[in-house]
Amino acid sequence: MTFLRAVAPIQLVTADGKAAKAPDSAAIALDVQGLTVSYGQTPAVFSIDANVPVGSMTAIIGPNGAGKSTLLKAVLGIIPRLSGTTQVFGQPVAQARNKIAYVPQRASVDWDFPTRVIDVVMMGLYRDVGLLNFIGREHRKRALDCLRRVGMVDFATRQVVQLSGGQQQRVFLARALAQDAELYLLDEPFAGVDAATEKAIVDVLKALKASGKTVVCVHHDLTTVTGYFDHVLMINVRKIAEGPVETAFTAESLQATYGGRLATVQIDQLRLPVA
Amino acid sequence: MWQVLEPLLLQSGYNATLVTIGACLLGLAAGSAGTFLFLRKRALVSDAVAHATLPGVGLAFIVMVALGGDGRYTMGLLVGSAITAGIGLWLVEWTARQTRLSEDAAIGAVLSVFFGFGVVLLTVVQTMTSGRQAGLESVLLGSTAGMLFDDALVIAVGGAVTVATVFALRRPLTIVSFDPEFAAASGINVRWTDLAMMALVMAVTVIGLKIVGLILIVALLIIPPVTARFWTDQTNHVVWMAGLFGALSGYIGTAISASAPALPTGPIIVLVSFALFLASLMFAPARGVVASVWRHRQFQLQVHRRQGLLALARGEPIFDRLTMTVLQRADLVRPDGVATDAGRAQAAKALRDEKRWEVVRTLHQDLAIAGRYDGLTPIEAVLTPDEIAEVDRQIGPPVGV
Repeated sequence: MTFLRAVAPIQLVTADGKAAKAPDSAAIALDVQGLTVSYGQTPAVFSIDANVPVGSMTAIIGPNGAGKSTLLKAVLGIIPRLSGTTQVFGQPVAQARNKIAYVPQRASVDWDFPTRVIDVVMMGLYRDVGLLNFIGREHRKRALDCLRRVGMVDFATRQVVQLSGGQQQRVFLARALAQDAELYLLDEPFAGVDAATEKAIVDVLKALKASGKTVVCVHHDLTTVTGYFDHVLMINVRKIAEGPVETAFTAESLQATYGGRLATVQIDQLRLPVA
Repeated sequence: MWQVLEPLLLQSGYNATLVTIGACLLGLAAGSAGTFLFLRKRALVSDAVAHATLPGVGLAFIVMVALGGDGRYTMGLLVGSAITAGIGLWLVEWTARQTRLSEDAAIGAVLSVFFGFGVVLLTVVQTMTSGRQAGLESVLLGSTAGMLFDDALVIAVGGAVTVATVFALRRPLTIVSFDPEFAAASGINVRWTDLAMMALVMAVTVIGLKIVGLILIVALLIIPPVTARFWTDQTNHVVWMAGLFGALSGYIGTAISASAPALPTGPIIVLVSFALFLASLMFAPARGVVASVWRHRQFQLQVHRRQGLLALARGEPIFDRLTMTVLQRADLVRPDGVATDAGRAQAAKALRDEKRWEVVRTLHQDLAIAGRYDGLTPIEAVLTPDEIAEVDRQIGPPVGV
């Protein structure tokens, strides 16, 4: 506990006075308070607070093992939490599921599964289709439309096992689009995809943001943070900094997040918003 | 031959007909319920559940005799086996979740301990002085000799409920099998879906005790879906095909075992389902071995032909003997290695297509078109004549070889 207090002043974000006070709850898409998750006796994330503004494009960054994916999964209730609360648009997550879309890590599933691209996207329509209703023309049209948005409509009847990594990632994104949500949570959407796919995904995400949706990505590539995102949450088990990229994504908070692992030279190469 | 045909046509008597119908329904239920077990990669959990039915059978017998009833009352035995199977399942889940043991260790422990306990109970039952215990051990491998109408009815009702449940839950079962994290995030209760899946497995195991027995039931749960997987790439098709293969195994298996006096029904059914598996492994058009080898060979020949044509067009020597053979067989090259007129024409076209592809791949960042380049797909299959003409304008006029 004493150690916690010691690191608390590093929360430079609070300097701008915004994140320190609880902002108007209507403008907050994802509100996390004191979230702790642990595997065994070691906390994977410890007492994390976060306020993701509505309409923002937020990056969750931090080193390997910092608990980024764990945070996302705990928010969604996929893994149990030890303590803390999460609210989505002012509602508990269980009541707001139809406002949340989720893109898990591509490597988390076995792609040699008997299913076609279109069937995977249809999984995103599950909440609409339900248990027993038959899938109608309207549903198929919506699924194809989502595939079109990620540039994969020609692959609709392909087996998912035949897809490249980047194509699989796009299919996962299309499935999230089919969920037609307000808040999109993506776990490393750019991991192991080529530049063309990365651009295609970013375009889709920016279009979502432009239409007022909120996008949250677990992100690894520090060089693209300023280009892609406007809000950032930096964690390493504990929260290090949070806020608009211009004020929170600083050399100090990067140093605090990554420790000595990030050489000063590397930080200098990043196009940091604050000189 | 005729001995097999008679039961196939349900012509060999009341008991044999009951067994045939029962085995069909059991196969149908086991195949369709087993599909999701297979897709969720939890086949061995079902083996633990099946073995955990044995102590339930022994305990149910003892309790029913102690209460002064008939120790072999079917429903009583089924309920008893379902209870211990449920405990076994719960133990596997609990061990895997609460301790650091992996699921396979939990399965091994539960399977052997419950089975051992069951064998002890059956031995105790043998020494009891009342209760018509003879033949109780038939739950191990099934015994259809004394099958009654009631037994067939249990299978029919249980099987129908199982198949209906699989149909009703097919969507959550599919999503959970493919991507449990996404399922949970969508609000599907993954734990309950998994439990429903295992409940289906338990139902199949329990109603299958009479025909296949608890040791071999896992074969009927797993082999039909694996067989069906060779024929299709869509989950819902795997489900009904697995049911079909299961029913077929039950049907043919009972017929074969009825054709001779000493053939055990359950094991024969399992062997028949294995034969169907083997046939599918070899000959299924989508994923069978023969089809794969054939397709691979065709593809190889196409590649050699293309490489040969490009070599001709560029005036390079051809060293690969297979390439030479392919070209000679198609009369593109004379036996002395010189290109024929047809060969030269096709070579020029191949080279031109290659150049066109190069342009297309730089112009179209669109995956749908550029992604189809494999060195073999004719450019006409991807672009319209107008688009090809446009590409040709960029390349310049054709050059003869």
